[in-house]
Amino acid sequence: MINNQRSFFFNVDWVTVFIFLALCTIGWFNIHAAVFDERYPSIIDAHTNYGKQFTFIVVSVIVGGVILLLESRFITALAPAFYIITLLLLAIVLVVGRNVGGNQAWINIGGGFRLQPSEFAKFSTCLLLARYLSGPNIRVTEPKAFAIAAAIIGLPMFLIMMQPDMGSTLVFLSMVFVLYREGLSPYFLIIGALFIALFVTSILFPPLSVIGIIIAITMAIIGLFRRNKRVVYTMLTGLAICIVFVFSVKFIYNNVLKPHQKVRIDIILGIKSDLRGKGYNLNQSKIAIGSGKMWGKGYLKGTQTKYSFVPEQSTDFIFCTVGEEWGFAGSLTVLGLYLFLVLRLIFIAERQRSPFSRIYAYGVASVIFFHVMINIGMTIGLVPVIGIPLPFISYGGSSLLSFTILLFVLLKLDSNRMGIV
Amino acid sequence: MNSFFERRYVIAGIFIAIVVILLARLFYIQIVDPKYAIYAGKNVLRQTIVYPARGPILDRNGKILVQNEPFYDIMIAPREVKPFDTVEFCKLLGIDRDGFNKRWIKAWKYSPVLKSVFEKQLTAQTYASVSERLSEFPGFSAITRYLRNYPDSVAAQFLGYIGEVQDNDIKRSNGYYHPGDFIGVTGVEKSYENVLRGQRGVNNQMVDSRGTLKGKFANGLYDTAAVPGLRLTSSLDINIQKLGERLMQNKVGSIVAIEPSTGEILCYVSSPTYNPNLMVGRERGNNAAKMYADVYNPFFIRPVQAKYPPGSSFKPLSALIALQEGIITPQTTYYCPGYYQAGNRKIKCNNGEAHGLVNMSSAVAESCNGYFSMVFQKIIDHNGIKQTEATYTDWRNNVKKFGLGNRLDLDVPGESRGNVPTPLYYDNTYRKGGWRASTIISLAIGQGELLATPLQMANLECTIANHGYYYKPHLVKAIGAQNVIKKEYTLRNYVGIDSGYFEPVINGMQAVVEHGTGNHSKIPGIIMCGKTGTAQNPGGEAHSVFVAFAPRENPKIAIAVVVENSGEGAHWAAPIASFIVEKYLRGSISPRESGITVEQFANANRLPDSALYYSRFRKKVLPKDTAKKLKTDSLKKPVKGLKGASRQNKKDSSTRLLAVLPKGKDDK
Repeated sequence: MINNQRSFFFNVDWVTVFIFLALCTIGWFNIHAAVFDERYPSIIDAHTNYGKQFTFIVVSVIVGGVILLLESRFITALAPAFYIITLLLLAIVLVVGRNVGGNQAWINIGGGFRLQPSEFAKFSTCLLLARYLSGPNIRVTEPKAFAIAAAIIGLPMFLIMMQPDMGSTLVFLSMVFVLYREGLSPYFLIIGALFIALFVTSILFPPLSVIGIIIAITMAIIGLFRRNKRVVYTMLTGLAICIVFVFSVKFIYNNVLKPHQKVRIDIILGIKSDLRGKGYNLNQSKIAIGSGKMWGKGYLKGTQTKYSFVPEQSTDFIFCTVGEEWGFAGSLTVLGLYLFLVLRLIFIAERQRSPFSRIYAYGVASVIFFHVMINIGMTIGLVPVIGIPLPFISYGGSSLLSFTILLFVLLKLDSNRMGIV
Repeated sequence: MNSFFERRYVIAGIFIAIVVILLARLFYIQIVDPKYAIYAGKNVLRQTIVYPARGPILDRNGKILVQNEPFYDIMIAPREVKPFDTVEFCKLLGIDRDGFNKRWIKAWKYSPVLKSVFEKQLTAQTYASVSERLSEFPGFSAITRYLRNYPDSVAAQFLGYIGEVQDNDIKRSNGYYHPGDFIGVTGVEKSYENVLRGQRGVNNQMVDSRGTLKGKFANGLYDTAAVPGLRLTSSLDINIQKLGERLMQNKVGSIVAIEPSTGEILCYVSSPTYNPNLMVGRERGNNAAKMYADVYNPFFIRPVQAKYPPGSSFKPLSALIALQEGIITPQTTYYCPGYYQAGNRKIKCNNGEAHGLVNMSSAVAESCNGYFSMVFQKIIDHNGIKQTEATYTDWRNNVKKFGLGNRLDLDVPGESRGNVPTPLYYDNTYRKGGWRASTIISLAIGQGELLATPLQMANLECTIANHGYYYKPHLVKAIGAQNVIKKEYTLRNYVGIDSGYFEPVINGMQAVVEHGTGNHSKIPGIIMCGKTGTAQNPGGEAHSVFVAFAPRENPKIAIAVVVENSGEGAHWAAPIASFIVEKYLRGSISPRESGITVEQFANANRLPDSALYYSRFRKKVLPKDTAKKLKTDSLKKPVKGLKGASRQNKKDSSTRLLAVLPKGKDDK
């Protein structure tokens, strides 16, 4: 028994726990700086968001501890149940949810707290996806298995899109990394990248010239491999799809996207620069981060964030405070921690005996990484403004708790890696 | 483990690549590109200018001519306003409902959050009732500002006024002035702007995105304090200035008095004048418009801008030059038959009075035109008729030494040169060599093309009082608390006449007041030396002119008085001058032998026929299109009438036309 206890303790991946705590602390301090209120200077004052964040951190650590004490089998068994509950919540939120900032994403749970089901959907989707793909004789390369996996990912995506919360919807796309690791053809990644590139170019340039260039490239390749009938057919099919895609992009861009989404894309692509209106947020965010220089302005000394030039400075734009008050050094530290975390998660994933744990671990790594990439990319103008939180750092109970559960379930599974789940 | 084990490196590689891209971008905006730090500074920095108090201006004895008076601006922050009794509030501020709505909309448009001016420049009296109740109206507040205030409402043309800067002022100032700043527009306020305005301070504060102040920037390291403008001590004596303005009311003209021993101007009256307080505050625009519509033009600074023929007041100068040139001696006599025959022209003495045998002093005393015409002809002809032009040029230069025909560089703007005609002018008028002493004989008695400002006339008296030199006349005695005096004001300007020649002329001038033309204005116990002048002019009745200095020994005051279109100098200008002189020397006015009193003169209405001024006024003031619009038949009449019609006619049409103007002098 004693042996067992000790091994449990040693088996927890303390490096990850340390990074988790470090990121939470960084987040807490930066929220303090971002929404500093002179009336309540104390960092644990419950009137303020930084005081509340402290509570969230404490709750999250307790929840994390509880998860480590749970039985792994229990988690695996309940995966479908979690998933169904999440879907129900996502459906309920569309009916009774509270509309905040255009997204019907929150359910009031009393006591001034609100629950955001979409945050927990990431966890339950990862869990069920892992459960399904780890089943016997399931291969992603088989169309049926791929379709089921896509459905598991697509259902919550669809419900979240109805809110409509574009940011959280896109997060589920990160599951493509999981599927890739489990055998999905690399063409998915390549074609995905190709389509993003096509999307951008067809917004920037007139469709006919884009199509002209694509035809030219296709013809060149066909010319090189004209002996190989298969290549020729593939290329011709691809060409047809590309042409349809280019036109559909214009159509989607002009008729399906909402005006604010269009503007965000325009701004990021440099088509519009409306610094006082729609581009204000991004511009102020860049000013905040850019003015941090090498070492930053110092703790609580950031003028951009403290004086409310940056919007959403404690949630989606929390990285502005990091960049402004801690400079490039701070940015480097935070990004370094994240990179270290996701690489560590990949390392953890690969040491699992059980496919379930591995698949789940890749899910966690992908979700976290996608959040980091989109969130930080957005604050520095590399990707359009999409409202998703920075894991462990952004203010918000639902977000912190769901990431904690996501991570600590993995740590629990990892601590049991020697056993068979 | 499965067969796709290697793919972890691909995934890790993608993650690393993306993080590197993010870091590269961060490196660029945080370290390479400096513009974001500059933008951040601009975002948060709010510079406000701290306006210094403008320097006050005192009279020579330290009495305040202009000071800064607190005024109150009512500010509004529209967001903070709660429902309140608007009727009551409008009553407090003295505005109507429409006015309230307009201001409200304007303030809201400016900013719902930031404070803006709701109502400008409440006086202390109005504000007293507002301040008690201001707390009942949340969102409204008051700030104190300072505006010019003139406790005695005197010397408007001397002080000038301040106004908002114009675009070209801003351009010329190399960025010193900003729109909305105030600058001296005329008078001392303009010429001493650099001294009076003080030095502005700058306050660097931080603001948040809504513009709310968040404390000092860099702990006030870059802040500068405002330095108040320096105090100016003017040379004016407020007592005689007030008296002068009172005596000149309902008259058009000017009084200039100078202290001969310093060149300090004691009295600087331009009439009609205006209350300088009218050019301050909320009603300024309306007041100014009214004054611009006044044909007598209160903004015309008569002491330095009006040019008059000096008339007989020029005679002492004429005599002095002749004495210096050795043309005459004090004993030179002339038998006056009541006129002087110059070629085929006859210069009549006043009212054709025959003075009989006169010498120089008595000629001055009796203002004998004949004597001085004789002297003038002698001067011009003494090198022979062929040398007329050269001799005239010499004479002209001698006259100019007295400060005539040139600006005296007074320390307020707008000075006129006056005129001493050039030989070229006569060449053009007649033909080269086609003019003689007899042609230009009117110069002998200060008429013809000779023109002088009242300031020049007073300065001439200073020169006589000083026996041959003057100090540059000036209006500001000292600058700042240390009483700095400009060095140029301590230098004597000699006019090239030996001091010995002055006594006989001064004798004559004394006689003018003792028993000559100015004997009405004799001051008991004070010897005043003066000279009357009746300046003929093309625009109607002669101007009444009097110049003098007093007392004879050790003179303290030199004075020139002009009352436009009022006839003989002895009747109007001389008594007025005598009151000023006595008031200055004695502090009070004693009963006169002739029975004249201050009241009598202060109440007299000598306003000239406004039609005389109308043509000038129309040219100067009315914009062209307005003038055209007014050019109806009825309008044409008075302008035409000026030339030939009787005075009664002119008056009729003019009163019809210019109902806004004060009535003519016939009211007296």
